[in-house]
Amino acid sequence: MSERIIEFRDALNEALHEEMERDPNVFIMGIDVGQYGGVLKVSRGLYERFGPLRAVDTPISEEGFTGMGVGAALVGLRPVIEIMYIDFSCLAMEPIINQAAKARYMFGGKAKVPIVIRTQGGGGRGNSAQHSQSLEAIYSHIPGLIVVQPSTPKDAKGLLKSAIRNDNPVIFIEHKLLYNTKGPIPEGEYLIPLGKADVKRQGSDLTIVSSSRMVLFSLQAAEKLAEERINAEVIDLRTVRPLDMQTVGDSVRKTHRLVIVNEGAHTGGLAAEVMARAYEEVFDYLDAPIVRVTAEDVPIPYNEKLEMAALPSEQKIINAVHGFFQ
Amino acid sequence: MSEALYLELYRKMVLIRMFEEQARDLFMKNMMRGATHMYIGEEAIAVGVCAALNQGDTITSTHRGHGHCLAKGGDPKRMMAELLGRATGYCKGKGGSMHIADLDLGILGANGIVGGGVGIAAGAAFAALYRNDGKVSVCFFGDGALNQGNFLETANMAGLWKLPLIYVCERNRFAEFSYTDRYFSDPDLTKRSEPFGFPAIEVDGNDVLAVHQVAQEAVARARRGEGPTLIVADTYRIMGHTIGDPLTYRLKGEVEEWQDPSRDPILRFKNYLLGHQLVGGDQLETIDAEIRQGIDEAVQFALASPDPEVQTLWDDVYVMEDKGL
Repeated sequence: MSERIIEFRDALNEALHEEMERDPNVFIMGIDVGQYGGVLKVSRGLYERFGPLRAVDTPISEEGFTGMGVGAALVGLRPVIEIMYIDFSCLAMEPIINQAAKARYMFGGKAKVPIVIRTQGGGGRGNSAQHSQSLEAIYSHIPGLIVVQPSTPKDAKGLLKSAIRNDNPVIFIEHKLLYNTKGPIPEGEYLIPLGKADVKRQGSDLTIVSSSRMVLFSLQAAEKLAEERINAEVIDLRTVRPLDMQTVGDSVRKTHRLVIVNEGAHTGGLAAEVMARAYEEVFDYLDAPIVRVTAEDVPIPYNEKLEMAALPSEQKIINAVHGFFQ
Repeated sequence: MSEALYLELYRKMVLIRMFEEQARDLFMKNMMRGATHMYIGEEAIAVGVCAALNQGDTITSTHRGHGHCLAKGGDPKRMMAELLGRATGYCKGKGGSMHIADLDLGILGANGIVGGGVGIAAGAAFAALYRNDGKVSVCFFGDGALNQGNFLETANMAGLWKLPLIYVCERNRFAEFSYTDRYFSDPDLTKRSEPFGFPAIEVDGNDVLAVHQVAQEAVARARRGEGPTLIVADTYRIMGHTIGDPLTYRLKGEVEEWQDPSRDPILRFKNYLLGHQLVGGDQLETIDAEIRQGIDEAVQFALASPDPEVQTLWDDVYVMEDKGL
């Protein structure tokens, strides 16, 4: 199949165009997603093509418009809600956590809430404490939600299309420093399944598990490690709830060493969950304790030197791996 | 006004009253878990409003939600079974009193969060606008919920986009364990819609015909595409916030005043119908007997129903068919 090289942002944009064209029930709603084309430029062209009722500009009322998305989904529409920064999703936790995640279960299995909440996560750009968080662990903690964190343009497009077609509420987290990244995507229609991890690099000496931008760091670290004849396998979780522990377990059974990289804060984070699951499921195959590389337990600081110190990095991953082979 | 409508309004109000009295008794006998909130004394609002709706129209309800559900056509048997946590209940025993929903009847759920329905109702109204299908959405909530930020957020969007939405504020005078007048900077609640450019109507919430009339007007306005209306229905919460509320915060004698036949929504309507010879006393007695029998059957149905199997614990957390594949 022939491929094209496109930006992550454009891959998402293509997914929205294709899904809105395919299904008249799909619409996008959020702050400046319509006329302006989206602060993230992901919704560019939707307003012109589909009109103001399907590319809906909202007031700055995250709880309100997210709640409206839940209501619209309950009566059969398929809203894609854009929350500009995941930090702002804290204002919408009521409809996300109390309503969307629970409606199906607490109403006895009749309701469906096919809503996608697209949001921008992560740090590294000097946006400081209220615009740089990685809150995937918070949403992953909630039964009823699916949480997606793509790392490549190809995955971003295929996963967003799957998320829109999925009948469950999906939190779709796009890393702010991935929007400008480029990568190959297949021509024509394709989907990437939710809940399935991807082995981004084959290796035999250790396994690095990560998601979102941390996959890029993990791959860079793996290349450097290869120069030292350390052969790392890199797994991109892609979906962080549900976790594809089958793929993680298969890798650990082969490599016997596991590093988990996650941009969220250390305590109670996603890395802790993957670590716990790995200990439960493949403990006997491990030759060394599992190592976590995460953000420090601090709010994300502004100053560049401080922010870099707070976040995971390629070098921190390499250092963690060196610990295995001293 | 037809005789059939009079009888229907009466029937639904009596159904709610008897259902609630039965639920209270079951709760007092420790046959229900958690907490439950009684709609007694507020029946005219749910009944008057829902009589102005079609089946395809939607409502969102509250933690005090049994009345809304019954008024919109909910099945008392499946409701009673849910209150007792049984497998045959609306939520298969997983929701209980505060989470009863019937999407086929347009009941988008009671809600355990005060004001939790305002966003959902606005979303259903947006869907009606989106599909241009002529449906309206009704959002029931108490006066306490008017102070939730999400009411202001969604009321702004509802006014801005002229959503076919009817806000029904049941001014029952209490926010949990306080008189609500302690919490309003301005006690005139009809002003709450003013900044958002849609009208508010105050109505005697214990007068089912008056409620029905303002609801019809609001529904017609919404269907004409003229946008939302706030109905402030004045009433009184006869019982406590929950069953077992010690009511220490309440003025002496006040409940009795509101239970007076001149104020109680059911007695008042009954006296009106009989006084104006609009229906016969025997007709109302027949309804009372039918409802009593229906409630007894609902209890029997619930008691005869099994608890859910433990393995159903994991059912319905997700829709399992992966449509993404």
